[in-house]
Amino acid sequence: MIALSDYLILSAIVFCIGLAGIFINRTNIIMLLMCVELILAAVNTNFIAFSYYSSDVAGQIFVFFILTVAAAEVAIGLAILTLMYRNRGSIDVDVTNSLKG
Amino acid sequence: MESILSLLIWLPIVGGVSVLVIGNSRSNLARWASVAVSIIVFALSLNLWTGFDTSTQGMQFVENTVWISQFDINYHIGIDGISMLLILLTTLSTFLVIIAGWQVIQNRAADYMAAFLIMEGVIIGVFSSLDAILFYVFWEASLIPMLLIVGIWGGQNRVYAAIKFFLYTFLGSVFMLVSLIYMYIQGGSFSLDALNELPLTLTEQSWIFWAFFLAFAVKVPMFPVHTWLPDAHVQAPTGGSVILAAIMLKMGGYGFFRFSLPITPDASSEFAMIVIVLSLIAIVYIGFVALVQKDMKKLIAYSSISHMGFVTLGVFALFSVVKMGTDGQIHSIAGGSLESVYLGLEGAMIQMISHGFISAALFLVVGVLYERLHSREISSYGGVINSMPKFTGFAVLFALANAGLPGTSGFVGEFMVILSSLQANFWYAFFAAMTLIVGAAYTLWMVKRVFWGPIVNSDVSNLNDINTREFFILGVLAVAVLAVGVYPQPLIEVMHVSMVHLLEQALTTKLPVAL
Amino acid sequence: MENIYLTIVLAPLIGAIIVGLAGHRLGRTLSHSIAIFGVTVSTVLALYVFNHHVLKGAEVFNENIYTWMQVGGLNMSVGFLVDNLTSVMLLVVSFVSLMVHIYTIGYMQEDEGYTKFFSYISLFTFAMFMLVISNNFMQLFFGWEAVGLVSYLLIGFWHHKESAVEASLKAFLVNRVGDFGFLLGIAVLLMFFGTLDYLETFTLANQVNGQTIFGDMSVITVICLLLFVGAMGKSAQVPLHVWLPGSMEGPTPISALIHAATMVTAGIFMVSRMSPIFELSDVALTVVMVVGAITAIFMGLLGIVQNDIKRVVAYSTLSQLGYMTVALGVSAYSVAIFHLMTHAFFKALLFLAAGSVIVALHHEQDIRKMGALRKKMPITYFTALIGTLALIGFPGFAGFYSKDMIIEAVHFSNLPFADWVYCAVVFGVFITAFYSLRMFFVVFHGESRLDQHAEEHVHETALSITVPLIVLAVPSVIIGYLTIEPMLFTGWLENSIYIDASVHGSVAALKEHFHSAFNLMLHAIVTVPFWMMIGGSLAAWIFSLYRTDWAKKIQERFHRTNYVLESLYGFDRLNDIVFVKGSRKLGEFLWRVSDMTIIDQIVVNGSARLMRFMGSVIRPVQTGYVYHYAFFMIIGLMLVLTWVLVVNENPLIQLGS
Repeated sequence: MIALSDYLILSAIVFCIGLAGIFINRTNIIMLLMCVELILAAVNTNFIAFSYYSSDVAGQIFVFFILTVAAAEVAIGLAILTLMYRNRGSIDVDVTNSLKG
Repeated sequence: MESILSLLIWLPIVGGVSVLVIGNSRSNLARWASVAVSIIVFALSLNLWTGFDTSTQGMQFVENTVWISQFDINYHIGIDGISMLLILLTTLSTFLVIIAGWQVIQNRAADYMAAFLIMEGVIIGVFSSLDAILFYVFWEASLIPMLLIVGIWGGQNRVYAAIKFFLYTFLGSVFMLVSLIYMYIQGGSFSLDALNELPLTLTEQSWIFWAFFLAFAVKVPMFPVHTWLPDAHVQAPTGGSVILAAIMLKMGGYGFFRFSLPITPDASSEFAMIVIVLSLIAIVYIGFVALVQKDMKKLIAYSSISHMGFVTLGVFALFSVVKMGTDGQIHSIAGGSLESVYLGLEGAMIQMISHGFISAALFLVVGVLYERLHSREISSYGGVINSMPKFTGFAVLFALANAGLPGTSGFVGEFMVILSSLQANFWYAFFAAMTLIVGAAYTLWMVKRVFWGPIVNSDVSNLNDINTREFFILGVLAVAVLAVGVYPQPLIEVMHVSMVHLLEQALTTKLPVAL
Repeated sequence: MENIYLTIVLAPLIGAIIVGLAGHRLGRTLSHSIAIFGVTVSTVLALYVFNHHVLKGAEVFNENIYTWMQVGGLNMSVGFLVDNLTSVMLLVVSFVSLMVHIYTIGYMQEDEGYTKFFSYISLFTFAMFMLVISNNFMQLFFGWEAVGLVSYLLIGFWHHKESAVEASLKAFLVNRVGDFGFLLGIAVLLMFFGTLDYLETFTLANQVNGQTIFGDMSVITVICLLLFVGAMGKSAQVPLHVWLPGSMEGPTPISALIHAATMVTAGIFMVSRMSPIFELSDVALTVVMVVGAITAIFMGLLGIVQNDIKRVVAYSTLSQLGYMTVALGVSAYSVAIFHLMTHAFFKALLFLAAGSVIVALHHEQDIRKMGALRKKMPITYFTALIGTLALIGFPGFAGFYSKDMIIEAVHFSNLPFADWVYCAVVFGVFITAFYSLRMFFVVFHGESRLDQHAEEHVHETALSITVPLIVLAVPSVIIGYLTIEPMLFTGWLENSIYIDASVHGSVAALKEHFHSAFNLMLHAIVTVPFWMMIGGSLAAWIFSLYRTDWAKKIQERFHRTNYVLESLYGFDRLNDIVFVKGSRKLGEFLWRVSDMTIIDQIVVNGSARLMRFMGSVIRPVQTGYVYHYAFFMIIGLMLVLTWVLVVNENPLIQLGS
């Protein structure tokens, strides 16, 4: 029997990997997008696990929503990325600092 | 005329928007349309005077419609004798300013005219609001056209001046908003009637008083929050200076009448001394500062501050003259009489009206010169009378009015306030009366250097005298200045009942009754 | 009657307005006709009023014309109070004004501002009428400032002359200093009397007497002193006299009208009008007397060293105003008015005669460049002689009676310092005779010092100039003789002037010693002032005709005294340093240091800079790197979560439960 805590630990690990990816990654924005996806995956795992253990299907329905939204988000993100590459000739994270105060 | 006030507010705003639609490319059409609108508005506003009932204390021409029912905010407007006069001043000055900008403004003429029309409507809204939020909305809205006027059509340093003007006045008024909201929480209504009745402890009143004070004192402007005015005036185009001096400053004075005195009477009484001292500093200190100005507009701007000192002095001196006894009767404190209190209040009001005419006229005078020589420096002129005799006649008349010569409107208000303040304290009157000397010194010294004497350079000798349009504008103001000076009684008549009511409110304590 | 009074006042105003607005279209002749017609109407009606009130003894007229403002129970109106004092003043003002109007035709004929000038002097006449006919302090103040205004405009009439413009500004400002006190006086008066109406004020005077202000100062004294400050400004008493000599920069007709006959006597008139109040304060009266005496003697001394023909007359005006003020101080108000009247005639005459000389010499005013004009300008010579004799108080002439009465009144006064003042006014007679005749001799007698060109062209001036001289010469001779008795002793002015005879007995004593005007003239030969006058005349003759070199020697011997006199006691320099430069420095300081630096730069822009500084401190946090923002988000989230978990009574938990 796999306990709820196992799922939670798994998702926490995935979450932390995603997070660390965001902090540590300095090379390109695609990596960032993938890390965000990892974080979302961690959240989704939690949702499903809780939903299963509390016999409430609402959590799993939510996951579908999140997946859809995430797909759209990635699409937009990639579009932005392409534009950015076209304009700046690079998708290096360190280059995108025009918000610097 | 059921909804004449609404008409007065919205007609210029709609007119202004239409002028915007007409656009800068058809500037002549825009000019004529603006003049038409402003004439109609002025003519309509005269109905307020003719239809005004001088026997009642209540608000007249009242309209009341629900605006936002959740917060008890209403579109509640109406006027009494105080606001009526200021509305008339507004409509008249806007009319004159639009004519004055006829030729001078070539760049984006339609936008310029539209800004003034919209501002006219908004300011009439300020003077007729009987709901605090409505008032606040109009109050803040009036900043926008002025900001644009200074920022777009202003002089070299216009952006600095516009932003300074905006931030300064805006900073003052947000505090007013806070105190309005506080009172709403206490009393559950934004209606002025309710706010006037709302009992408040002295501490509450003090906070509210200073919040209001900040908003109004910046507008008046009082020492030491006056430094935006010289900058704004110097950078503003002539029309902007005229409206700024003639009307926008009056909003501050009006605020003291409409808000500070009735809503926080005890705090007003408590802090009257401070206000009076600031007013006297404004009168004397600013007078000396005006003396050494080299820029004509700056000089007039400083003289405005000095003259507006009389307004606040006249209003707040009353607390040293009379007080409300426990028997509900008004008693004298140190031998002063009730009449002198009215002299002070009504003198303050007349001073505002008169300053509206005179400062407007003086800024127009400088405008006429600036249009020709593109200089505001006193030293660029000298002997103007030789090439512009008619113009000099007007200029000297307005200068003398500014120096408070009897027979002109400038004298009436000062005279009344000095007579009144003496009954509060001899030294108030002493310092206030110093304006007789200092005011004459800075005004006539300027006149001497600009108008009299030999012609200083060829530019001055080539000046053309004023044309018919300028003659008309200055003529109207000259008639107004003389009429008020020779026969001020009609003004007094209109406002007296309102002042009686105001005095009663100002003297009735709002402190919770001690058990 | 009300319509008559109104016409008197308004006729010159209407003339002024018509000529002022349409003068250049009407042309010269029509303009001056209109202006003169207006003043003539006033003069004729003033005569009628004089007859009606003074000679026939009609009731005092006191009515309001219109309500200027009604504030609560306080009424401020424009109203007329016509009694004998007013009637006399109306007549004097309108008569002299008419003469000056006529004179102007000749004097100003070459001037560009011809019509404007007529407009101004008519306006002045209106303002002066408003001043003297007023029945309340508001209107008095109106007239007070209005005459000051016209004086300002007229002194600076030749606006291309820098010195004239300078002088006009100075005149206005010095007058404003007086008005400053005057206005405060009115304000104190309003506070304690509750009304601005003359007659109501006078009836309340006894009630207010005894009340105090500033601790233990008597209210009446304070009011009187403040009002007198106004009088000092207008009537040019030391130290507010500095504007009057400068005012000679204006055209001569206005020097005659405004700065000799009418406006400068406004202060004298005002104090006489307020006699019921001034009578209650011995302190104020003493101050009035002493100030008057100082002016009378010290300003007279300055007349001796002046070389500008108009300035000599101006200083003599100052000195004579001092005499009038002294008379006020010793409660001899009617004597002051008497001297005011005679002085108006003979001083106007002297000024106009001086103007005649100036015109004949093409605007040369330096008496050292004149001389021996007697033959060339006989009419001017004789009228000037009459004026001079009247001024120095030669027995029989108008000035003799009025000045003698002033000296006698001082003699009988029992105020403190009255003895000193008596000595001063008696010595003043010597000085008056000295400077007046000195000027007269230098201008009309002796050798001619004209340049060749002028010498050939000098001739008697036009009719419009000489006629007013002759007309004014008549009253300068006879008016004193005719009116001394009715005016001082048999009650012409009794219904307008109040004297508390039990305390201030000088007029009563005068009356006791007075027999007849003729008698007084004969008696003069045994009085001190007469011999003073003779002495002064002799001295003038010696120094200006007999031994002209002595004058120079004395100047060298007493060069210090001479320096003091020529620098006019340093008043001008003092004013220039202390008030003009001082206030400019003060203004500069306040503006640059306090306004621009402390308030604007440090406080206002300082707070803006503070904001900017705070921004610059915090701004580096915004690195622009996404991973930094994410890092902060996570840190923040962790902190919040920790807080939720660790702190039990936190609001988030409560919100959840």
